[in-house]
Parts: sequence; C-alpha cells; structure tokens
Amino acid sequence: MPTTTIGGHEIHVNDEGFMTEYDEWTEDLGQALAAQIGVEMSDEHWQAIQFLRRDYPDQGETATLRRVSTVGGIPTKQLFVLFPKKPAKKMAYIAGLPKPRGCV
Amino acid sequence: MTTTQTAPIVPSFDEDADGGRKLAIICSKGTLDMAYPGLILANAALGEGIETHLFFTFWGFDMINKKTMGDLKFTMLGNTATHMPQGLGGIPGMTSMATHQMKKSIAEAGVPEVPDFLQQIVDSGGHLWACRMSADMQHLEAEDLYDEVEAIISASDFIEKTDGAQLLFI
Repeated sequence: MPTTTIGGHEIHVNDEGFMTEYDEWTEDLGQALAAQIGVEMSDEHWQAIQFLRRDYPDQGETATLRRVSTVGGIPTKQLFVLFPKKPAKKMAYIAGLPKPRGCV
Repeated sequence: MTTTQTAPIVPSFDEDADGGRKLAIICSKGTLDMAYPGLILANAALGEGIETHLFFTFWGFDMINKKTMGDLKFTMLGNTATHMPQGLGGIPGMTSMATHQMKKSIAEAGVPEVPDFLQQIVDSGGHLWACRMSADMQHLEAEDLYDEVEAIISASDFIEKTDGAQLLFI
C-alpha cells in the first residue's frame, strides 16, 4: 500500500487515493481531503461525514447514498447538492473510508 | 513494501463525471423481477454523475401507473431461473407467494420498493418519461401516472432527447 502526504499528514491509501486505515483519520485531515477534491466543508457536509464515520465500524462497510439518506437523515437531493456528481464516492473519500460497495 | 508518493494521490472524481456521458434506459417489462435491473442501473449511473433518462413503454408502464406501481408481481411461470418445476408456477397462490418472497429478499438487501426507488432516482437527478403509445393503448393520462414523470412523449421524442446516449433495453 502506498502512503501519501495530504496537508502535512502522512496516510496509507489505495491506488485511487482512498484511505485504508480507519484510525489515521482526523477531522483536520477530512478538511484537507475535501480541499483536494474541491469541496468546501460546511456544518451540513460534516453531518454527512460524521454519519459515515459512525456507521462504518457498526456495519463494516461504507454507507451507500441510500443509507445516508434513510438512516443518516440527509435527503438524497441534498447529498447531490453538497457533494456534486459523485456524492457517495466523495463522501467516502473525505471520511477516509473505502468506496461503498453496495449497489443501492 | 511501502512506497511514499511525493505528489498526493487524489481520485479524479470530476474528470470522469462530465465528457457528456448519458444513459438511456428503456423499461418495457412490468414484472417485479424485470423492473429492478433498470432502476438499479439508473441509480448507479446517477451516482456516477451520468445524465440518465428512463423511458417506460409497453408493460414497463406498470412501473409508473399509480394503480399498479406498488403492486408488481413475480411469477415463476416461464422463468427457468427459479430452478423449480415449471408446473409449480401454475398452482393457485404461487405467484403471490413468489412475489412475497422476492419482495422480502429485495427489502433485506436494503433496496427500496418501486415507487420509493423512482423517487430516489428523481432526487438523484434522473428523468422519467412515459411512452405516448402505451398511454393511448391503456387509456391513461398524465394524472394516472407517477407524479414525477416529466411528460408523456413519443418514441421519437425520446430518441431525440437521448441523442448520443448509451442505451439499455430491458
């Protein structure tokens, strides 16, 4: 696994740049990751990211968009506004989690 | 062996997203098992930032007809993929039992029922279109259809709207 340096943090990532170590993530790092992909974080963005972080250890996998909306309570429409075009992947990236593998 | 990159590795989310990729899905079947492939693929495409249009035609109209959309059925008849004797499918009550089973498996997989799924697709920016000829054949008007259907249009209008799109016929 390669490591990469983002905002002064050295982190383990996969070939695409998704973090591979859950515990290496901090909010500060999330901020830096968001900046890398052009997302400016607001409280609403953080709400989604914090849900993904909380949900991952319970479920053992990254929440899909549907899960973020039905369980996390953030409507799908809003997720597309907050993380345009590829919300599920962008959220997973910022939250330092693997890409979601569920189909829906 | 750990290698350290000097430049940060960043996924290229936005590069792939545009480039004008478009997907057109024609939903022509009204059975429960044939409704889902189109919905799942549309949802996946939207999640990848791809402009997606669904055209409901012939039996696919059942997916957007308010009267039937929540009540699609799965039948074992003519479906050898159930790996059950074909004669079983003809026993009274078998279709509702098979439908019940399939709905259960779908729900367990965390997949919404058809009306909810259509809403999710619309919320994700997808476009729903109803076929003019199917509406005429079944004597249905816009108000009989799921509210989020944008319009009843002809097949040629749909072809025009999806100029350059990749197309799936289901």
